[in-house]
Amino acid sequence: MEEIYAKKNETCELIKAQPETVQFLLNYSKSMHIVDYDGLKFENNKN
Amino acid sequence: MELQLDDSVLVKNYIQGDEKSLEILINRHNQRISSFIYSKVLNQSITEDIFQDTFIKVIRTLRKGSYSEEGKFLPWVLRIAHNLVIDHFRKNRRLPKFECNENFNIFSVIGDGKLNAEKQLIKDQIDFDIQLLIEQLPDDQKEVISMRMYKDMSFKEISENTGVSINTALGRMRYALINLRKLIETHNIVLTNY
Repeated sequence: MEEIYAKKNETCELIKAQPETVQFLLNYSKSMHIVDYDGLKFENNKN
Repeated sequence: MELQLDDSVLVKNYIQGDEKSLEILINRHNQRISSFIYSKVLNQSITEDIFQDTFIKVIRTLRKGSYSEEGKFLPWVLRIAHNLVIDHFRKNRRLPKFECNENFNIFSVIGDGKLNAEKQLIKDQIDFDIQLLIEQLPDDQKEVISMRMYKDMSFKEISENTGVSINTALGRMRYALINLRKLIETHNIVLTNY
């Protein structure tokens, strides 16, 4: 029987970041505070 | 029905302080960005790390007001993720990893310094044979060999312990080795190398 040399379709795996990671990012965003001083922007973290 | 807000509107709202907009943006593009990262690194936990770092950069840029709405939001985030994936591989290249395959086995160039079971058996056999040969030597030579080779004593210590001069101890050692070689030759003993 003939050999089939066609390349297999690469299956793309669909994954999602964990809810904990998303929650971390949202908390990071909430705790982040930008201070503008004399044209310079400083990051502050309110914890 | 919930109104689907455009990414650019959500970005604008987030910059103005609406945290909910960020949540919508992350959830909307979570699968797309995670799958993109995963397709490059093929590891779930590294994907999580890079996803997190990507959005930390996104948050900082948006909050600092450095984001310019030149292109679309998603391609911009994917570009950040792509750069972080490259950084990840660069960092890993500095710590080389070796995987064994048909052509190369890492254990052919490194070892734990110990003999394997077979070589250890051969070594034990040779050590035992040498001990038998030493037994055949005259007592004074046997004594010097034993002190030097098995007790790791210096010739100074040997001379002090046996009450002879260093030169005599050296001479006895020399004759002991000559006699051992003679015994090996006479009896056709093969001491296999290991």
